[in-house]
Amino acid sequence: MTRALAVSLNVGDAEPLAAFCQALGVPYVLLAAGGDSPADLGAEKVLRLDGDIPPADALAALIAQKADEFDLIVGVAHMAGKDVMPRIAGLLDRPMVGDIVEVLSAAERRFLRPIVAGNAFAEVEVSEGAFVASVRATAFKSAARAGDSPTETESAPSQGATKRVSVSEAEGGRPDLAQARSVVSGGRPLKDAETFEQLIGGLADVLGGAAGATRAAVDSGIAPNDLQVGQTGKIVAPELYVAAGVSGSTQHVAGMKDSKVIVAINTDPDAPIFDIADFGLVMDLYDAIPQLIERMRG
Amino acid sequence: MKILVPVKRVPDPYAKVTVLPDGSGLDTAALKFEINPFDEIAVEEAVRISEQREAEVVVVSIGKAECEEQLRKALAIGAHRGILVETDAALDSLGVAKILKKVYERESPDFVLMGKQAIDDDANQAGQMLAAMLGIPQMTFAAKVELLDGGARVTRETDAGQETLEAPLPCVITTDLRLNEPRYVALPGIIKARSKPIETISLNDLGVEAECRVRVMKLRPPAPRQAGRRVQSVDELVEALREKGVLGS
Ligand SMILES: Cc1cc2nc3c(=O)[nH]c(=O)nc-3n(C[C@H](O)[C@H](O)[C@H](O)COP(=O)(O)OP(=O)(O)OC[C@H]3O[C@@H](n4cnc5c(N)ncnc54)[C@H](O)[C@@H]3O)c2cc1C
Ligand SMILES: Nc1ncnc2c1ncn2[C@@H]1O[C@H](COP(=O)(O)O)[C@@H](O)[C@H]1O
Repeated sequence: MTRALAVSLNVGDAEPLAAFCQALGVPYVLLAAGGDSPADLGAEKVLRLDGDIPPADALAALIAQKADEFDLIVGVAHMAGKDVMPRIAGLLDRPMVGDIVEVLSAAERRFLRPIVAGNAFAEVEVSEGAFVASVRATAFKSAARAGDSPTETESAPSQGATKRVSVSEAEGGRPDLAQARSVVSGGRPLKDAETFEQLIGGLADVLGGAAGATRAAVDSGIAPNDLQVGQTGKIVAPELYVAAGVSGSTQHVAGMKDSKVIVAINTDPDAPIFDIADFGLVMDLYDAIPQLIERMRG
Repeated sequence: MKILVPVKRVPDPYAKVTVLPDGSGLDTAALKFEINPFDEIAVEEAVRISEQREAEVVVVSIGKAECEEQLRKALAIGAHRGILVETDAALDSLGVAKILKKVYERESPDFVLMGKQAIDDDANQAGQMLAAMLGIPQMTFAAKVELLDGGARVTRETDAGQETLEAPLPCVITTDLRLNEPRYVALPGIIKARSKPIETISLNDLGVEAECRVRVMKLRPPAPRQAGRRVQSVDELVEALREKGVLGS
């Protein structure tokens, strides 16, 4: 690999992308298309797209046009990255290695990635020639600071055939799930949205963290979609992960197993979540969480 | 109207999957195989559309002869006809997309509805690659699909919430879990599916070669995470977390 194009689509992408390029030892240009664009992470250049970022077809077309100079195009494996990076690979007929968690050998082009909901890790090798990649942000947390990259801007392309007709984003207030230092997740036993907000949201707030949820909680309308943690939701690795009323299904665990300290609160002493928890409390969450909130306030 | 739905044969998503001791693959000996859950949702959605209006649902699976089981399951849900592209070659998502492109060109569907991700390789790539190679729009991670006159509207999940997109047909739509809940298929449906047609074709027939430029060299089991200890009370928990230094102050 001689030169990479790192595509930052969300705030917080630049650092893991820089860390990955550093791990590979490849110089890179940072393209900020909706994501952050710090100038102190050693990029040769920072190119910022100004204006609304269009849906994947128009954005991928723009990036593919710039591809000649780069034999690696890399993004972060969140929803935005999963939408657009494979489309770039398809446009360019370049193979793609997704969800990289470790560079095993830059020379052999060998990478590690989780498969089957984290039940196995595959060592994969990508053939000669240019390729596309995505990385798990949780696995490339910090990059070395270097230099002062020159910044250029260019206007974002207009929408192509696909039109965005509306956007609804959860109102902020809490730190982003993917970035938060602590995460409190709730599962099926949370009765309704109000109870979820009061208990899970309440504990997240006193910890200064984010709220998360299982698919069961999301499906029953207790928690919004974008809080789902797991194989098909968000991948998180905070300092502290509190799982309350979460059984510990493979699919959920795939999204939080790399957290530094895991706490499980569950009434069932045999719940699988206890097998991976550093601290397990067999207790009704309706008793435990209010007490925890009280203690943290006090 | 014609809807093309690719379906992949994958290990039962609720089974505990382990790596063979020599790392050469997954231990599949005792596993049941199913339709990839996201593809089953795609089949369900396509069948619901065909129940509302005139539409043919064509399902296609790429792999060994046993993929016929998953095609039969899709036919039992209500798909009309199946195509088995029989091959035992290793494929990456780009390789799959290239084969699907040939099937698309042969069938000329109005759109493609498929899973966002195969739960074995967890790649989440083939749909986007197919759309790119066909030069048509993609609407991924659909939580809601509505057909418009000559187009489709999709409400999809994003990192920050939801958005709604519209695109003209043909396009590729990939499904998220929340799109629908696939029906339970009762015996009459299964019996009826036995007489629905499945055509078996080869890569040769399609004029495409198997391609796999991302090769799996070896599998490793995940690093074990050790269970810690039980705490008896909230006070003991808070004490333990303070000692670990994860409570901030
Ligand atoms: C293809 C596929 C992808 C999936 N992707 C995801 C994913 O990304 N994320 C995800 O989370 N799931 C995912 N799932 C679903 C997953 O398999 C589980 O069904 C889900 O995680 C279960 O959620 P839960 O733990 O909230 O519910 P349950 O499994 O029902 O567990 C509830 C737990 O709460 C405990 N409990 C009950 N009452 C109390 C109380 N008062 N106090 C304390 N504890 C209590 C119970 O003992 C139990 O352990 C996926 C499934 C499939 C098939
Ligand atoms: N062998 C296959 N046969 C049919 N469809 C497939 C196959 N492999 C992948 N697909 C389709 O592509 C989607 C995404 O797969 P992947 O990129 O492997 O995660 C799946 O949900 C299927 O719809």
